[in-house]
Amino acid sequence: MVGLTLRDVRKNYGDVQVIHGINLDIIDGEFVVFVGPSGCGKSTLLRMIAGLEDISSGTVCIGDVEMNDIAASKRGVSMVFQTYALYPHMTVYKNMAFGLKQANTPREEIEKRVQAAAEILQISEYLDRTPRNLSGGQRQRVAIGRAIVRDPSVFLFDEPLSNLDAALRVQTRKEIARLHERLKTTMIYVTHDQVEAMTLADKIVVLRDGRIAQVGSPIELYERPQNAFVAQFIGSPKMNFFSASDLTSGASSLLNRELSDDLQVGIRPEHLSITDSANAVVEGTLELVENLGEYALIHLRTASNVEFIAKAEKPPEVPKASTIKFGVKPPLAHFFDSNSGARSA
Amino acid sequence: MRKYFDNRRLGRIFIYTILALFAAYSLFPLYIMVITSFKTMAEIRGGGILLPPGTLNLESWTIAWSGSGECTQGVACTGMKGYFANTLLMVIPAVGISTLLGALNGYVLTKWRFRGSNLLFGMLLLGCFIPFQVILLPMAQVLGQLGLSGSLVGLTFVHVVYGLAFTSLFFRNYYITVPSELIQAARIDGAGFWRIFLRIILPISAPVFVVSVIWQFTQIWNDFLFGVVYSDSQSQPIMVALNNLVNTSTGVKRYNVDMAGALIAGLPTLIVYVIAGKFFVRGLTSGAVKG
Repeated sequence: MVGLTLRDVRKNYGDVQVIHGINLDIIDGEFVVFVGPSGCGKSTLLRMIAGLEDISSGTVCIGDVEMNDIAASKRGVSMVFQTYALYPHMTVYKNMAFGLKQANTPREEIEKRVQAAAEILQISEYLDRTPRNLSGGQRQRVAIGRAIVRDPSVFLFDEPLSNLDAALRVQTRKEIARLHERLKTTMIYVTHDQVEAMTLADKIVVLRDGRIAQVGSPIELYERPQNAFVAQFIGSPKMNFFSASDLTSGASSLLNRELSDDLQVGIRPEHLSITDSANAVVEGTLELVENLGEYALIHLRTASNVEFIAKAEKPPEVPKASTIKFGVKPPLAHFFDSNSGARSA
Repeated sequence: MRKYFDNRRLGRIFIYTILALFAAYSLFPLYIMVITSFKTMAEIRGGGILLPPGTLNLESWTIAWSGSGECTQGVACTGMKGYFANTLLMVIPAVGISTLLGALNGYVLTKWRFRGSNLLFGMLLLGCFIPFQVILLPMAQVLGQLGLSGSLVGLTFVHVVYGLAFTSLFFRNYYITVPSELIQAARIDGAGFWRIFLRIILPISAPVFVVSVIWQFTQIWNDFLFGVVYSDSQSQPIMVALNNLVNTSTGVKRYNVDMAGALIAGLPTLIVYVIAGKFFVRGLTSGAVKG
């Protein structure tokens, strides 16, 4: 079990730079999630750690050893791929044994490790089948099994759940969390799904256009996003953004903050609560109510034509097009610089 | 309801009648060849080209295969068996080598891309469009310089080179559908370039192997031009021999021997189609790659 250190890691494809100097420390045994929209470089970064992509500049260390020029198979990493990448002509057993065979592991040792991994993942009864005869969920378990038998110091997951249906995704997510608890190995997990990131991670790395937007625990990212991008990326539905002119005249004093055009105010839908004129920070006309039973999503539009969403326990008992006023507890409002998007204290 | 089924049945009958007609039309020349090869010259001269032979006369097959024994020089005297063997000696290595090299090319062009690999593929593609006639002279010079003129090895070499463009194209287009993650997984598992090729890529290539083998076998077995240009009398392939057998300008034209000779020359390709075609369909339907 070891940690990782990334120092000023960059990746160029010809003249195009896709990773712009990443610095990151991953502690031994930590579950780290790289999250970001598609094209943000999260998979590329993972592949660079795995040794599947060259590192253009900077260093990647696993433990204390620089890995830049070390082959993928010698880095002590295992990787689980989005498409499972099982060898289609081999049985489950052979799929799991392949890596060990390449490393000239004795036959009995291979047998022991494969059986142990199969037991953890409850795939013992499928060992003689080929991947073709397995369901998607079973294939993903085999892929994880293949990673486990190598007994790696770091597990790498590249969007392992995106090919599974919703129910299976929740279940497999739970199993991966349990696996981490059991093995206590460092794991790096790439996803574009913020729910996976929030539920699995000890530490989330939000990436945007090949740069780190923020690193922190899930709750830090939720409670203190360092910029507008992270604020909008973490949380569902997305955080609402208002400029000063979208808010009520009393907003400035209610929020205890000087408002101007240079400032964006971010308020999460779940933090908006219906209130009276005296406490209203923002008001809007009702456009649509989505009642999910457990809660209701209220879609509104301010007089300045900005859409926003409020999350309430019950749908409001007023007709469409009526005006509803909302307040927020001051600490739950976030302020960002309009130009840079950076958090403003 | 009844009416519907009647109509459906009528439609079926119509379709099968048409198909049977087409099949008969295609098989007709083969029928003529087969029955003619079993007739005696007397029967052939007697007319009735469509009539089956009175007795099963195997003499023309014997003459086509091992010669009439009346002379010692040329295919009309020695029969086609020597040339048949020549062709097998050339076709098997030529198909094998060009297919394996094509597989390797396809593997490199899709899974181990390098700077300019797309350009290389484009140039390879161009090779598919070069007509045989264009390379006759330069290839003859190359063979001369290599000391391979007029030999089976030289002819094999020509077919390998000429076939590479096609086999590379087949394999490249097949391997482009094989997910690259498979190769990456194998790399992490510690397999290198050759190990991945042999243990991962080749075992899932059965369908495209069949395509490549059928194509190459048909091309090389049926080739006449390269065969006639680059061989000497000892190394002529079967199509050249067949031509020599059929196009003799002396003596009586023995149609039954000609037909038997043509059937002998055509049989191996037919057999390859029947055997490999079955695997071809099986390979396609089993969905071997998607894992």
